[in-house]
Amino acid sequence: MNPRLRLAGTILVLLLLVIGVNIAAHGSFLEPSNIVRVLRQITYNCILGVGETFTILTAGIDLSIGSLVSLTGVVMALLANSLHLSGFALVAVVLLAGIALGAGAGYVNALPVVRLNLPPFITTLAMMQVALGLSYIISHGRPIPLTSNAFNSIGIGSFLGGLSAKLHLPALPIPVLWMAVVVIICSLLLEKTRFGRSILALGGNEEAARLAGIAVHRVKTMAYVISGICAAIAGFLYMALFSTGSPQTGTGDEMLNAIAAVVVGGTSLAGGRGTIVGTFFGALLIGLLDNAMNLLNIDSYLQKVVLGAVILLAVALDEIRKRYLAAR
Amino acid sequence: MRSIGKSFPGVRALADVSISVRSGEVLALVGENGAGKSTLMKILSGAQPADTGEIFIDGKRVHIASPRDAERLGIGMIYQEFTLVPQFDAVANIFLGKEPQRGPLLDDVEAQKRAAALIAEFGIDLPLDRPVGELSVGIQQLVEIAKALAKNVRVLVMDEPTAALSEREIDGLFAIVATLKGKGVAIIYISHRMEELARVADRVTVLRDGASIDTRTVATFPIDEILQAMVGRPVDARFPDLPAVATAAPVRLAVAGLNAAGVRDVSFEVRAGEIVGLGGLVGAGRSEIVRAIAGADRATGSVTIDGTPLRARTPSDAIAAGIAFVTEDRKAQGLVLGMSVLANTTLAHLDRFARALGWLDSSAEERATEEMIERLRIRTPNAAQLVANLSGGTQQKVVLAKWLLGEPRVLLLDEPTRGIDVAAKAEIYELMVGLARQGVAIVMVSSELPELLGMSHRICVVRQGGIVAEFARAEATPTNVIAAASGAAA
Repeated sequence: MNPRLRLAGTILVLLLLVIGVNIAAHGSFLEPSNIVRVLRQITYNCILGVGETFTILTAGIDLSIGSLVSLTGVVMALLANSLHLSGFALVAVVLLAGIALGAGAGYVNALPVVRLNLPPFITTLAMMQVALGLSYIISHGRPIPLTSNAFNSIGIGSFLGGLSAKLHLPALPIPVLWMAVVVIICSLLLEKTRFGRSILALGGNEEAARLAGIAVHRVKTMAYVISGICAAIAGFLYMALFSTGSPQTGTGDEMLNAIAAVVVGGTSLAGGRGTIVGTFFGALLIGLLDNAMNLLNIDSYLQKVVLGAVILLAVALDEIRKRYLAAR
Repeated sequence: MRSIGKSFPGVRALADVSISVRSGEVLALVGENGAGKSTLMKILSGAQPADTGEIFIDGKRVHIASPRDAERLGIGMIYQEFTLVPQFDAVANIFLGKEPQRGPLLDDVEAQKRAAALIAEFGIDLPLDRPVGELSVGIQQLVEIAKALAKNVRVLVMDEPTAALSEREIDGLFAIVATLKGKGVAIIYISHRMEELARVADRVTVLRDGASIDTRTVATFPIDEILQAMVGRPVDARFPDLPAVATAAPVRLAVAGLNAAGVRDVSFEVRAGEIVGLGGLVGAGRSEIVRAIAGADRATGSVTIDGTPLRARTPSDAIAAGIAFVTEDRKAQGLVLGMSVLANTTLAHLDRFARALGWLDSSAEERATEEMIERLRIRTPNAAQLVANLSGGTQQKVVLAKWLLGEPRVLLLDEPTRGIDVAAKAEIYELMVGLARQGVAIVMVSSELPELLGMSHRICVVRQGGIVAEFARAEATPTNVIAAASGAAA
């Protein structure tokens, strides 16, 4: 079975779930406003998951993304408050600085992995602690409110408001647009470019990829850099949403949820197989599940149990599929 | 095994196959890849259930639903791919899962004693106390055999046991097989090497397209008739005629003072259109030499192609200079099994298909892959097929396609026909001849003596990391090559 078929399986489960819940919730689940709410909620998890997908495809992992959300958010907020710029220029400079920081952290994550062959689990675990510590040091442990309002429209604004109003639909929030852009660019990057092919090849068989002349070190490094950049974008969107750079953002379940989205989306933790669109649907499935359980007034502690069961089920199905293939 | 049938979705793997093997007898099971040998053996070992048919052991009908059942019935398997724990020593591997115990603790002393007795009984010579991962492939094979013997096997299946062994190790293996026969073990011996059959087998069963075609005693089944039964048509002479190398042909590849782990001061030249065979025992350093030339391992010394020395030593530099390297182990080093035929074919030359921003021109990739599929007659339903689903011979052709896509000037082949069927072998030989005609310089490492002798213009024999002898085609004989390889010659 190829990734597309597995994706079809995920979508089928989604559809059944959606229909079932919608009936149980007397139609409120499929209301456009609710759908938009879910999309807005999954934005951050999806963007983090997309970055994580690249590292997992190399048979690695990035545990530092949550801490990087915190660090980049704090640094961007401090920078925004100290720059004498306004409007678009301010937003652009702050965003680029955040992306550079995320990319740099990703590079540092990758360095010991490619140079010393250290397990990425260790290097990114270390980065997780270092970045979080730095974030608290820089911010003195306090949230940093933005003095400029240039970021407001990005955090809570919407686009195509006129058109959607005409169609009697709710407006799409700007962060959802960011998510769409990240998903599309990264999906094309993975499926259609030489870099993407190289990632899949080295995740599938690193030695074969190396002997085929692929710059294995560089490609692997890029995977961690992209993961860092996605963390910075999520950090930027959180900062814009709350008008604050807070060291506590990203320090909860964010990293684990991102990995869950990747895995539920059909990407193999063994590397070499997976899609970005799959990660989007993984994040969507988790988001819909959350939302549905809220609509159905399911106890929030029980929600965690269900979420855990869904993740386990997704991975178990992957394993069963592998056995089926191996037995042929 | 009587009237065994097995189907997979879309494929009839076995249709009404019957084989029998007597106590103290070696039955050779031969057939092309995809003929059904592996499936039949998986059914016998309980790895897969049969759809139809019955299995009898000592005249009693048995049900084999799991590997555990097979083990209880005394059926032992030695697979092509080893099932050893590389960090464990031979003793721990031999008794894996059935370790002698004293109370709740492992009884290492008893295990040592039993292992020593076991290898003494069968005349197996192997170090018991070193991690098997540090041992040569040949020795690991012996550990694998000892492991099967420790389970008191009555039926032993050996799948291509000599594929990775040198001539001397093969002699040792056959001696062990003879001992087993003497003890009444029934042996099913799967091999692609026709010349072995007369030495080791009593009877031969030929499978083709999931059916048993013919069974005869080895003495009444000449090799050409076996081959004919396997492919269903008469086979031409095994090796094609090599085109003569023009005396004026320029030196294409020059290696001088090459040193690397396992390689000691190697120098040789290959002219355009010449095939040089690297012979020697397993572990002599033949693979290491070609790996060093291809930039796969760190090395010093000079490699010159058409007079231009190679500067840095990475695989991509070697590829850029026109070197193609078909590795020994296609699954571990040659292919990305989870990717398509197309993605594997274009992998080493992605720059050729990359447009702005690294965007891959997928229609150009498809065209190039289709061309290769046609040129190498790769048996795949389409370019999008995952290579994991293809047979060994077809996989090997995908590896070749990957390298030929670059129009290489130097082709390094490490065991190019290991574990592939006769028809695919013949096609690869033809391909080598065609490339030599076009002026490609070819270096071939081979452990199959007939192949080495039949497909090389010149043979360099490697021993202990260095080239110890060189024979022109006319003067190379099995005897003098083996003598040089084992250090027997002066």
